[in-house]
Amino acid sequence: MASSTGDNKKYKVIGTRPIRHDGADKVTGRAIYGSDVRLNGAVHGKILRSPHAHAQIKSIDTSAAEKLPGVCAVATGADFPDLKDKIANLGEGAVNLAHLSANVLAHRKVLYKGHAVAAVAATNPHVAEEALKLIKVEYEPLESVTWVLDAMRAGAPLLHDNVVTNSMGKKADKPSNVPTHIHFEMGKVDEAFAKADIVIEREYKTASVHQGYIEPHVATALWNEDGHLTLWTSTQGSFTARQQTAELLQIPISRVTVVPCEIGGGFGGKIAVYLEHVAAMLSRKCGRPVKMTMNRDEVFEGTGPTPGSFVRVKLGATKTGQLVAGEAYLAYDAGAFPGGMIGPGCMCVFSCYEIPNARVDGYDVLANKPKTQAYRAPGATQAAFACESMMDELAEKLGIDPIELRLRNAAKEGTRRVDGPTYPRVGFIETLQAAKASEHWKSPLKGPHRGRGIASGYWFNIGLKSSAAGNVNPDGTVSLIEGSTDIGGTRTSVAMQLAETLGIAAEEVMPRVADTDGVGYTDVTGGSRVTFATGLAAYEVGLDIRRQMTERAALVFKCDPAAVECVDGMYKANGKSLTFRELAGKLGQTGGPVVGRAAVDPEGPSNGFGTHIVDVEVDPETAKVTILRYTVIQDAGRAIHPSYVEGQMQGGAVQGIGWALNEEYVFDDQGRMQNPNYLDYRMPTALDVPMIETIIVEVPNPAHPYGVRGVGETPIVAPPAAIAAAIYKATGVRARELPISPPRLWAAMAAKKP
Amino acid sequence: MKDFEYQTATTVDEAVSLLAARGERARVLTGGTDLIVQLREGLREADLVVDIKKIPELMELSYSPRSGLKLGAAVPCYRIYDDPEISRAYAALADSARIIGGWQIQSRASIGGNLCNSSPAADSIPSLIVYDVICHLAGPQGRRTVRVADFCTAPGRNVLGRGEILATLEFPPIKKNSGASYLRFIPRNEMDIAVVGAASWLQLDAAGERIEKARVALAAVAPTPLPLTAVSEWLVGKPATSETFAAAGDMASLAVKPISDKRGTVEYRKHLSGVLTKRTLVIAADRARGASAPAH
Ligand SMILES: Cc1cc2nc3c(=O)[nH]c(=O)nc-3n(C[C@H](O)[C@H](O)[C@H](O)COP(=O)(O)OP(=O)(O)OC[C@H]3O[C@@H](n4cnc5c(N)ncnc54)[C@H](O)[C@@H]3O)c2cc1C
Repeated sequence: MASSTGDNKKYKVIGTRPIRHDGADKVTGRAIYGSDVRLNGAVHGKILRSPHAHAQIKSIDTSAAEKLPGVCAVATGADFPDLKDKIANLGEGAVNLAHLSANVLAHRKVLYKGHAVAAVAATNPHVAEEALKLIKVEYEPLESVTWVLDAMRAGAPLLHDNVVTNSMGKKADKPSNVPTHIHFEMGKVDEAFAKADIVIEREYKTASVHQGYIEPHVATALWNEDGHLTLWTSTQGSFTARQQTAELLQIPISRVTVVPCEIGGGFGGKIAVYLEHVAAMLSRKCGRPVKMTMNRDEVFEGTGPTPGSFVRVKLGATKTGQLVAGEAYLAYDAGAFPGGMIGPGCMCVFSCYEIPNARVDGYDVLANKPKTQAYRAPGATQAAFACESMMDELAEKLGIDPIELRLRNAAKEGTRRVDGPTYPRVGFIETLQAAKASEHWKSPLKGPHRGRGIASGYWFNIGLKSSAAGNVNPDGTVSLIEGSTDIGGTRTSVAMQLAETLGIAAEEVMPRVADTDGVGYTDVTGGSRVTFATGLAAYEVGLDIRRQMTERAALVFKCDPAAVECVDGMYKANGKSLTFRELAGKLGQTGGPVVGRAAVDPEGPSNGFGTHIVDVEVDPETAKVTILRYTVIQDAGRAIHPSYVEGQMQGGAVQGIGWALNEEYVFDDQGRMQNPNYLDYRMPTALDVPMIETIIVEVPNPAHPYGVRGVGETPIVAPPAAIAAAIYKATGVRARELPISPPRLWAAMAAKKP
Repeated sequence: MKDFEYQTATTVDEAVSLLAARGERARVLTGGTDLIVQLREGLREADLVVDIKKIPELMELSYSPRSGLKLGAAVPCYRIYDDPEISRAYAALADSARIIGGWQIQSRASIGGNLCNSSPAADSIPSLIVYDVICHLAGPQGRRTVRVADFCTAPGRNVLGRGEILATLEFPPIKKNSGASYLRFIPRNEMDIAVVGAASWLQLDAAGERIEKARVALAAVAPTPLPLTAVSEWLVGKPATSETFAAAGDMASLAVKPISDKRGTVEYRKHLSGVLTKRTLVIAADRARGASAPAH
């Protein structure tokens, strides 16, 4: 199904498709996920949540709950340290600890429906639920606001009386719902617009959507008598979970061990902690392990969706389709606490194109919704929906093919992004060329009510820190210890890079994700970084092992280490040679075990581009959109394990399809979510999408020894714009609000009819 | 979810007396695909759950062209569409049974449970209405019958009294030159609640050209499943053509008074009422003329 345009001949392991190391455990149900953790004597924690979108907490009375038989402990925000505005770096973004603390258990005020207010541990979950009903909370309800533009209006209900607008370093003096204003500018924007042959300006809106991971948040805590806290949890980063938990409890990180379980999806939503330190506090109070599992409605209402947004973009171009000026205004809701996804939104809005004169203003906006969290290329999809939809309109107005228009303006090596950085070698043009050459693009789309759309998308790959170690076993295998929780098959794609470096088979490397005491510091699984950065660590582990094995070979060959040559896993000198396995068998006699280690913090994040083609059919009477065919083309740098690259491309596209067509938080006029379940929060099912076709483009990343670029996030960026373009071709309606759900599209189609 | 007692009944009388003793705090369990979810989500509470699947009468499914179809209230959906004769004869019922949840749900969920749950959006009730089904009830005061169109009284409410259960659904024998169809609109292709559902039943003349009798009923446009009496009467005597069906659809749009909610707006639901009325009439007419129901 996929055609790889790269040349993998150089490599023996990279580019092949070995069976994943964790495959058997996962298909037999033996893999240990968070909910499989069952400790002796464990009790069950549950959380009481606010029924109001915005209210002052007057009082909390837990006495009746504490008396219910079976209840072991009760906790409220008052049990936790009152934290000052301290900033902690969580890897993929910084967080204010006072806000994090108030988000996971409200202090004084609830800021969204579903905001946690108190917690109970009891001998079984049903008793815990009954106990929650006995907790008396007196609220004074306040006016609430959920739509981003309403929250920005003067006179809107204020969420925090101590938040003021920080505009590029300048602080305002009045409290506001806009914590941050970002401004980027380059060139002479107004002049360029004045000279442009064509200028178009449009407005776009998107609804809040959730990552929708299948596995709800789950954590088990054991606060031991010796003061040591162990946490078993489903997290994207065991070290960030350790740090957040330690900070929230104000205990040293050395007192906390985080054991990462297998993770049933995260997509950015399992970086911030929700349950860990609450379970810990309950465990400390009752002296027993405490396990907490969220229900689906708690996941929707109590954890972070991605921002709802309002984006206005203006583009200026010449008659021949050269972009000369761009301007963007982006307002993203951050949810209840500052620090949403506006930064990357501003950086990504024009990131696919060379626009010499550009200006971007972005606003982080507080609203009575759950605190937003990262969701796969956080902030980029909303921005791309706007900019890419306009590229489609511009192409139509200028009579230029949409791929051609993009090619004329495509970002390439040397292009400066509006926020400052200049691109190194990137593969955007190659994805457009591959799209143009694809069988999909070249085959005509026939039939009424059908349309084809195309759009592109961009996302960074961050570097960040990773550690790894490799133990050489006497049978010639290597046990690889790494710290990156495996969400997308990274155990295998990291192990393959070690295997390639050592000249052994992928199956001869046995990867294991260790707990926070078992491996060096490793940042989160996020930012499309693991195959890139932890892969780099594995490569360096390989170099370290190779160096030591060369020394051992020299002992065996009785020569100088410099005389030993290592080719494809063979160690040679003086006409003698040993395979890696033979040499591994001799370690006992040549000085003992060989352990390779590496800790990396690569500079210079890389860049991932993709282009998507979609065919739709729209039922002219019901406005239901059917995706007929879908192709994702993406630059992977180098596809280590092509199946996993394809899996990421397909998964991202499907999430983007859901975002485009049906997914949304529906709020009533009191700010209460109406659809916190998978029945009415409509993610696509297997029957709603065709097999997603993939074309991997390989323009190696110069900053990685094997050319890896991150691939996990880029594929969610283009789908809404591509689908909107296809719907336009099918119906003549330009949809500028997500989701393009049947009632909304039908209304637009009906309004268009004469 | 609160702990509750669970009992199985093996006769109708046993079920009735167990239920009558506890009144509101007791609930019937058939497939449990509504009930368990409601108990778990705290939408309903119960001290006692009485499982009626072990009562032979309620698991009976029998059909003969002469006497029609007898559908025990606890018969799961799959048994309907797995029976080729029944699904050909009562094609709209099979249409409904095939789309209630996925196959896992259908191997448990019953039409009786769908009816007794009495959701305005229930996928089987419009079909039951257009077949003019008779509900056989059993309660502490004995047995009685109710026409299905009169069964639901409000969202989640129906005519069942304290301790009373639905025992069987009686479908009249199939008339010559008749056909029926059920369709619903959902934004996805499965696992969704109808934004609007429509069932149509038609009896044509021997030539298959003129409508002799018609019944149309809709779901999710009113507090209870809605028989469209005026549209049904208007259709009688009209030619069975696409123009007629389109006009009936227009009438249906005007006849309904739906609400706006997370699943759709008033305007959209009115519009869909027309589209689905028209589409089901077209299929019903085709089936009346001998086209058989499509396979899965
Ligand atoms: C994932 C999923 C998908 C679903 N999809 C659909 C769908 O597409 N369309 C749809 O219409 N529904 C759907 N449902 C709802 C449900 O499956 C149907 O309503 C089903 O027909 C209920 O039948 P049951 O036998 O499971 O009823 P139960 O849950 O056992 O009972 C339903 C209610 O009726 C009462 N009851 C049941 N039988 C009797 C009786 N004989 N006498 C008196 N009272 C009785 C029960 O006490 C309960 O209140 C879905 C449910 C789930 C979980």
